[in-house]
Formats: sequence, structure tokens, C-alpha cells
Amino acid sequence: MTFELTFWWLLAIKLAVAAAVVPVIGMVIGYAEMKLSAHMQSRVGPYFAGGRFGWAQLIADGVKFIQKEDIIPDEADRPVFKWAPALVMLGTMALLVIVPLHPSSRYGIVRDLEVGIFYALAISSVSTIGVLMAGWSSANKYSMIGGLRAAGQLIAYELPLVLATVGVVIQAGTMSMQGIVSAQVAQGWPFVLTQFIGFAIFMIATLAELTRLPFDMPIAESELVMGYVTEYSGFRFLFFFLAEFANMFSMSVIAATLFLGGYGLWGINPDTLLSPIILFAKVGILVFLMIWLRWTLPRLREDQLQTLAWKWLIPISIVNIIVTAVLKVVL
Amino acid sequence: MDRTLAHHLSEAAVSVELETEGMTLNIGPQHPSTHGVLRLVATVDGERATNVRPVIGYMHRGYEKLSEVRTYPQIITIINRIDWVSGFANEVPFVVAAERLMGVEAPPRAQWIRLVLTEMARISSHLVFMASYPLELGAATPLFFALRERERVLDLLESVTGGRFHPNFNRLGGVKPVYAAGPTTKKAGMDIPSGFLAETRDAMTKVLATCDEIENLVAGNEVFLARTKGVGIMPVDVAASYGVSGPNLRASGAGFDLRKVSDYLPYGDFDFDIPVGRNGDCWDRWWVRLEEIRQSARIITQAIDGLPSSPLQAKVPRIIKVPAGETYVRAENPKGEMGYHLVSLGGLGPYRLKIRSASFSNLSILPWILENALVPDFIAIMGSLDFVLGDVDR
Repeated sequence: MTFELTFWWLLAIKLAVAAAVVPVIGMVIGYAEMKLSAHMQSRVGPYFAGGRFGWAQLIADGVKFIQKEDIIPDEADRPVFKWAPALVMLGTMALLVIVPLHPSSRYGIVRDLEVGIFYALAISSVSTIGVLMAGWSSANKYSMIGGLRAAGQLIAYELPLVLATVGVVIQAGTMSMQGIVSAQVAQGWPFVLTQFIGFAIFMIATLAELTRLPFDMPIAESELVMGYVTEYSGFRFLFFFLAEFANMFSMSVIAATLFLGGYGLWGINPDTLLSPIILFAKVGILVFLMIWLRWTLPRLREDQLQTLAWKWLIPISIVNIIVTAVLKVVL
Repeated sequence: MDRTLAHHLSEAAVSVELETEGMTLNIGPQHPSTHGVLRLVATVDGERATNVRPVIGYMHRGYEKLSEVRTYPQIITIINRIDWVSGFANEVPFVVAAERLMGVEAPPRAQWIRLVLTEMARISSHLVFMASYPLELGAATPLFFALRERERVLDLLESVTGGRFHPNFNRLGGVKPVYAAGPTTKKAGMDIPSGFLAETRDAMTKVLATCDEIENLVAGNEVFLARTKGVGIMPVDVAASYGVSGPNLRASGAGFDLRKVSDYLPYGDFDFDIPVGRNGDCWDRWWVRLEEIRQSARIITQAIDGLPSSPLQAKVPRIIKVPAGETYVRAENPKGEMGYHLVSLGGLGPYRLKIRSASFSNLSILPWILENALVPDFIAIMGSLDFVLGDVDR
């Protein structure tokens, strides 16, 4: 009885932490993006809020958004319109549940699922449903086009995303996230060395899933005004805003776990409090990569995006799987 | 019975062709990338447009009519607001037109200063294009690189004229004597601010360096090439039939530049090339403008090296009345060919002033060029034509 109680309490606490992490991480990455983009563009970026370096910029933004009026267009499908931002956020939060921060199965992870990767990939597409809902319910043609572009993008890039991870699963022999990390810790090197193609495809597909440049056609400010978020304001807009950054984090964390060895690093005992820091450092590198691309590349066209997915990424990832499987059997 | 018949008919219609009704998409007048207040009424089928109709006039300020009730010096202040990105270049052809009717010619030094400032306006206008075009395709960073350099040019313009956008610097018969430089007929050497020539030479070196930087950043980008090469192809005969001019026409392969043909400013004394595109696609239009910045920098460097000394102002009466007559002066403005048809009855102001603005004609090709284009290409094509709505509506 006592064990059961502690189990549920522990689960509740872990879930609360996972949920609380999302806005904080969203703000940190949002701030990083503002500052990094500013430096890339010879600007200063946030400067005043909080006294030094504008560290409180995102908090100030958040407070501002909460104060704003929550406008819902007359023609909008009200319940769908209201729930769409929540669904977008939900996908992000649910993804963090299976991220291993530490080898301890009791404290290091919320729930180590046997089908970890499968769960991650399934749940990461939930937010696209939210995007589609937002686009459809806004009663705005730009939003509609944006939402449909997002749906088309999801279908095209979910496949390479899944196929890119198969190589890792074959090498690790398990789908559990803890299992994949411990396999990399045991062998001493991360899977990115052998699965480099898989890693590259995973990152490209991730950018498309996150609808970040060069794949940000669902938003495409210069074409669709703001895509599916055109009609959102106030707190609901804040949800989309934070979800974008939090999503960057959660997809990077999955990529770091699968390909970069998660919390493991050469010569460092993973069973210390250092492991979450190592994981976050790896995530930081990936997030920086995404921000860097975001401020360097123009946007692809919708048909070019589909061509890239169907004609290049999917065939390459299939070849990658075949080669991995053959080598696994042979070696 | 009726219902089954209708049902069969609808089934038949479906089996013949699944035809969906096009959606009418209003792009603008409030839209991030229509360069102001252009409105496009597009019928789109999914991402493809079947029919596009531009609606203009949201920015009509009635400059042609306004000039009929203003004196010649007053008109100069309003015409540099036509194409506000290159305000100085708008003034020149009008002033030249009025001077020709009066039989006055500006002294050489004034003409060379006009030329230098016109080329600076061209650099500034093209740098705005270099800034906004990648932004429309989604890349935000080149914007800051280009606008930072434009600031140098605007600072120089400001140091001479006192205005960054609306210089109002030309006078009938010359250019304005610079404040604190004394009556320029007596002190011919003190008409432009001290240090201007050195600063200009320095700025032109930096502008050339920026051109290389932008070329590296943008032209070396696979995504940018994929978005612009082969997009929005405008054959030279079609372009000419719509009256497209300027860099847009030259990108299509016509080496026509009024600076070589006409004599509104002494361009004949300078050595410069006219960049000409090959395919007439968005990429060529981008490239031609980049090259034109380089050529303008070349012209300016030559001009400040050999700036003649002479008074800034020819002798004109204190109250200017232009003799009766009419004339048409056209000039190669950054956006294309700009012309003023000036009709005078001998009064203080013109009887009629017809303004031929480049952007208006450049924009008229939109329905032709956007037909069957994808919605993302709309933006790529519109951006590459580089029109300004103030120049369209006047």
C-alpha cells in the first residue's frame, strides 16, 4: 500500500516537473533565439527588460500576452479554436515523459516505456493536429492554407523521421529510450558515428515537423501573414509561441538521446548528477544548430519540400536501414 | 424521380472530372509583402492561382493635379515623394524638363552633384531591394546587412541635402546652395560639406565590399537559387509590350538604359557597364540590381574624382515663370524609366504635369506573369519586380 502511494506520488511529482519544464525551457530557448539572431544580424537584441542583457524579455512578453484581450473571430468554430493551442502544447509536454535524464529508472525518467521511440514519434505528431485545428477553425483563408500546408508537411516528413530512427533501433536492439542510451554508454560511442545519415535525415525532418525555416511554409509571414496563428491573440498566441520553442527542445532531446548518446559522455560515470547537464549541453548544441539555420536560410516552396521528402529523404533512409540491418547481421 | 436524376447527374459530373470551385484569396491591401497597399484578387485552386487581378489606387495622392496649383519650386517637394525609396532621382527629370523650357542649363558642377546624388539614390533603392527580397523569401538576415550599408549612403545624402528620404535639393537652374557655405557664386568650393569627397570614396569601397558579402550570403544559398531560378520568367518582347523598364527589362536581356541614350545628366562622361540578364527570371532581376549597385559605385567614384568647379546655380529670375511650351524628359530611375510631360502656359506653375512612373508599368505585367503561378511564387515574383506603391499610384 505504501509502495503504491509513493509510486503515484512520485509519478505526480515527475509529471508536474515535466509540465513545468515546458514553459521555462520555452522561455530560455526563446531568449536564446532572440539574442543569437540579434548577434547574427548585427543587432543587440533584448536589452532593457530585467536590467542586464534583457534576461526578463520573455517573462515581460508573457505578461504582456496574458494581459491582452482574447479575441475569437465571429465565424470561428469556437471549441476547436479554443482547444487547438492546448493540443499543440500537449504534444510537447507528453514528449518529455520518456526522456531519460539519468540512468536511475526511478528518478531519472518519468516512465521508461518499452516502445519509447514509437511513443515519441506518435506523440510528436499530435501537435500537428492542433495546428490543423487552428488553421481550420479560424475561418480565415490564410489560416486554412497554413493548416493544410502543415498537414501535408506532417505526412511527408513523418515517414523519414520514423525511418531515420529505425537504424538506431536496429543497432541498439531496443526501442526503450533508457535502453538506447545505455547501449551507447556501454559501447562508449554515440550512434551518430555509424548512423550519421540517419541523424542528418532526422534533423531535417525535425525542422520540417517543427515548421521552422527553411520549412516554415505553414507560417510563412511574407505569404500567409502568419499562417495558422493569424487569428490568435493574447494567451492563446502565447501557447503557440512557447510551444514552438518547447518543441524545439523536445525534438532536440529525442535526437540527442537517440544519436548523441543522451546523458552519456566518454569517460564520465553516467550515474552522477552530471548526466542531466551533459544531456542539456547536447540539446543546446542541436538547438543552436536549428536557430543558426533559421536565420540563414530562405524558405523552400511547398512542392520543393515534398520533392525533398519523397524523392530524397525517404529513399536514402530506406537504403540506410537496409545497410544497417545487413551489417548488423554480418558483423 | 427528380432526386435520383440529380443524383445521377452529380455522380456523372464527379466521374468526369473532380472540379472544385476556386477560392478567392484577397492578398492585401494590408499584407506583409505587397510593398505597401497593393491588393491582389487571386482565384486560387489549392496553391495554384488561376487568375490574378491587381487592384491599385489605395495610395493615390493626386500629385499630377496638385502640381497644377503649385509653383515650380513647390512641386519639387512633392515629386520626391513619388518613389520615396529614391526621392532624389525623382526630382531630376522634372527639373531638367523645366530648365529646358526656360532655356537654362545647370552649371556643370551642379549637374555632376545631381548625378552623384542620383546614383546614391540608386544604390539606396537597390539596397532596399537587396534587403527586402530575401526577407520575402524567408531569410531575415540579409535585411540587416543591406540596410546597414544603406545607412552610409543615406548619411552622405543627408550631409549634402539635409534630408534622408526627401532631399528637395534641386533648384531650377542648379542645386541648392548648402547652408552655411555662403553665397555659392562667390565661394564655389564650399558648396558640399567638407570631407564629403573622402567619405564618399570610403563609403563606395564599403558598398562594394557589402555587395560581395551579400553575394556570398544570398547567391551562394541553394534554397535561394531554388526559389528564384526559372521562376517568373519574363521574355523580353512581353516585357517590352507591357512597358516594363529599368532593371526588370534589362534582366530579360534588353541592354536598354536611358543613362546611355538620353542626356538629362552628363552620363556620357563616365565609364560604366550595363548589366544584362539572360533568362529574365527572378534570379536575373536580383543579379542585375546587385551589379547595378557596383556600377553606380563606379560612377560615383569617377564623379568625385573629377568634380568640375563652377557655380552651383545658373542665372534665373527671382520669380520663376516657365515660358509656354511642352516637353517630355525621361530618366533612368532606380525602378525604371520615369518621365515628366510638362505643359506650361507661361505661368508660375505647370498647366499640366503627366508623370510616367516606372512602377506603374512594371506592375501592369502582374496578371500575365502571375497566371498559373504558385502562391509562394507570387511573393517571389512580386518582390523581384521591385515596385513601390507610391510610385504606382502617385
